Amino acid sequence: MNPSRREFLASTAVALFIVPDIARAAIVKGGLPWKPGAGDPPTPVRPGPWLYFTADEAAAVEALVDRLIPPDPQTPGGKESGCAVFIDRQLAGPQGRYEGRYMSGPFQKGTKQQGDQTPTTPAEHYRQALAALDRACRQKFNGKPFAQLADNDKDEVIKGLEDGSFKLEGTDGNDFFKALLKDTQNGFFADPIYGGNKDMVGWKMIGFPGTHYDYREWVERHNERVTLPTVSIASHPNWSQ
Amino acid sequence: MAHKLPAKDVVVIGLGWTGSILSYELADAGLDVVALERGPWRDTATSFPISYAQDELRFRIQHDMFLRPAQSTVTFRNNRSQTALPVRHLGAFMLGNGAGGGGLHWNAETWRFLPSDFVLRTHLTQRYGANFLPSDMTIQDWGITWDEIEPHYDKFEYLCGTSGTAGNLNGNIQQGGNPFEGPRSRPYPTPAQKQPFSHTLYAKAASELGYKPFPQPSGNLSEAYTNPLGVKLGQCTYCGYCEWFGCANYSKASPQTTVLPALVRKPHFEARTECEVTRINLDSSRKRATGVTYVDTSGTEWEQPADLVILCAFQLFNVQLLLLSGIGQPYDPNTGEGHVGRNFTHQTMSGVIGFFDKDKYNFNPFVASGSIGMCIDEFNGDNFDHGPLGFVGGGYLGQVQTNGRPIETTPLPPDTPAWGAKWKQAQRDNYLSAVTATSGCHASMYSYRENYFDLDPTYKDRFGRPLLRMTMDFHENELKMSAYLTDKFAEIVQHMGARQVVKHYRKGPYDVTAYQTSHLCGGAIMGTDPKSSTINKYLQSWDVPNLFVQGATAFPQNAGYNPTGTVGALAYWSAAAIRSQYLKNPGPLVHA
Repeated sequence: MNPSRREFLASTAVALFIVPDIARAAIVKGGLPWKPGAGDPPTPVRPGPWLYFTADEAAAVEALVDRLIPPDPQTPGGKESGCAVFIDRQLAGPQGRYEGRYMSGPFQKGTKQQGDQTPTTPAEHYRQALAALDRACRQKFNGKPFAQLADNDKDEVIKGLEDGSFKLEGTDGNDFFKALLKDTQNGFFADPIYGGNKDMVGWKMIGFPGTHYDYREWVERHNERVTLPTVSIASHPNWSQ
Repeated sequence: MAHKLPAKDVVVIGLGWTGSILSYELADAGLDVVALERGPWRDTATSFPISYAQDELRFRIQHDMFLRPAQSTVTFRNNRSQTALPVRHLGAFMLGNGAGGGGLHWNAETWRFLPSDFVLRTHLTQRYGANFLPSDMTIQDWGITWDEIEPHYDKFEYLCGTSGTAGNLNGNIQQGGNPFEGPRSRPYPTPAQKQPFSHTLYAKAASELGYKPFPQPSGNLSEAYTNPLGVKLGQCTYCGYCEWFGCANYSKASPQTTVLPALVRKPHFEARTECEVTRINLDSSRKRATGVTYVDTSGTEWEQPADLVILCAFQLFNVQLLLLSGIGQPYDPNTGEGHVGRNFTHQTMSGVIGFFDKDKYNFNPFVASGSIGMCIDEFNGDNFDHGPLGFVGGGYLGQVQTNGRPIETTPLPPDTPAWGAKWKQAQRDNYLSAVTATSGCHASMYSYRENYFDLDPTYKDRFGRPLLRMTMDFHENELKMSAYLTDKFAEIVQHMGARQVVKHYRKGPYDVTAYQTSHLCGGAIMGTDPKSSTINKYLQSWDVPNLFVQGATAFPQNAGYNPTGTVGALAYWSAAAIRSQYLKNPGPLVHA
């Protein structure tokens, strides 16, 4: 013990205690707490039935995402690229329940700068808004729900949600539009393990080569298109064939 | 009732950058140290290995490694006429959680402040006169000088292996570095990182306009490095997953890659994770801390007695713990008296997006690191004459494009529809040929009488403790300064050859939903007067001398740089004072 420590301790009263069990804390001492195989990898989405959406809701969301990201000759649309599956899996999971969000009241509407104060979870919000959307469409378009509208009518409805002119009963249509657009685009560009961006179509569309971890040979190859194959967390063109 | 544990020499609250450094320094001095960390243990191989670290949705969009507001958050309002509401979902800043703290998810932009930043009020008053400053601006000198802090900047940079080009070596200006930086005693430990296309194009344009561009000092290392603690870092691979992510490659300086492997082998050190400190305990004189009370994951409450308490939580939670523990006089904005909670600052960020001809320019924005980039410092601090401009402060202007992750970084021209076929085509046309700096105009925020913290009267955390309430707005000085910088930055981007330049000015009111940086500063500031500061120049509490408060909490105002270099330097400065002075003679190191 060095002198400074001895002096330091001498200035304090040291008492003896029974050491209680402190097993509820993770104690790290003596070395790094590493175990072989430990980790927290993501769980890839499994294909199959809808986990959250009803059949009607799923039909509406597939129709919506396919207008937000319409198919074209080079790139599939929102539906084929899996955006509705992505949103379904998100709403069925912790994101849909607002897990981790501060949810204590009182809830009151604040300024825009104070952020979202709603107690309504994303899962509840989609349920309310999709029901209201189909109700509003049936009223306006001879009993047809959103999914059965012609493309130009669908686009008119979406534009109305976007500019606030197409109202939904019991819920804010513009809030729903914003959430849906964000979720759709997230699905289109997120790693395919989450159900959207099927076959990395979103990444290929813009020229993002995916989850490579080493661009050292490219950093100074200025103004040159990277020619590496597109890869994701769980797939590589050479792995699955 | 809390179960009382055997006493330790030192209890450290929080195991981020400052907690790791202080724990190491004090364990190295032979003291028995326990660190209590609110979040989980995190290490590279388990928490963000190379097989799934590059997950933008999980880590960037869904905040996987950050503090869940359900665990703790703050409330926010722009001014005292409003009712503060809870930040239910993180937005304007990110709060680290777990071992490594903010040091895990940062970009590793490792700057030093300017010598004049430490004597800001004196400097500006001497140059422009006292009446030049807005009357409600409460900036202060720090109580330390450049010569005092420089060796500790050096120590932190050599801990991190920082990659950069010196601009001022012992007073001699160096070609290719930042000519405005304070004199440094040694070059950076490793050379600057390599720069992708848009960054070199920016540097060329800046040079042609008469500026002196230099590579941003980077904690993403240009080459492998072994630091003085014997911990090895690898070479950065420019993967583009830096800020918001843990580095799977051991090449971003973090507590994990620089301190923790050496710290946990210290025989007198122990970390307890998933233990949240709820209170710093005082004896009946209220001038001495007896230790802390914390709660583990089972909800059991423990009392950990200690002779020395080092508060190393994130800035917000340092202030909250001081207020909840009744340490120091709370700040009162009505009278300007009191000090805990005063001089709360953040950053004033703005930027410019340059759209280039896609047939001529291919920037590969995904080839990047978190602190890559070329910067100029002509408009930082008081490097330029503010006299004719009518504002104070500034920032660096950098083409610091840290990523091309497609959810976050797909800039589109402003007339693009938000969806549909035209949106799709615009994505194709612009992703590879647009430049958008993550830190474009990275500017200061000075302190004001009405930007402050106190305890919220309504909202509570999961233990029933009042949340910290932030009252914060932008002031005209900052908005004017930021607009000036944005215009200067736009001129350079235009000169790069952009066909369209879109300026994103910073506008008020301060918005808690829009990410700026995680550089929250102040609230328990350092200074020379116990009436206007919470801690002395060694970060020691004026009121409770066996308590030291680390981190950006100490900044009297924020400069136009990323704060971590200064946070690290202050931690080493404070640790050196504890080791060389306090341990020999525990008590106040400064007599006011």
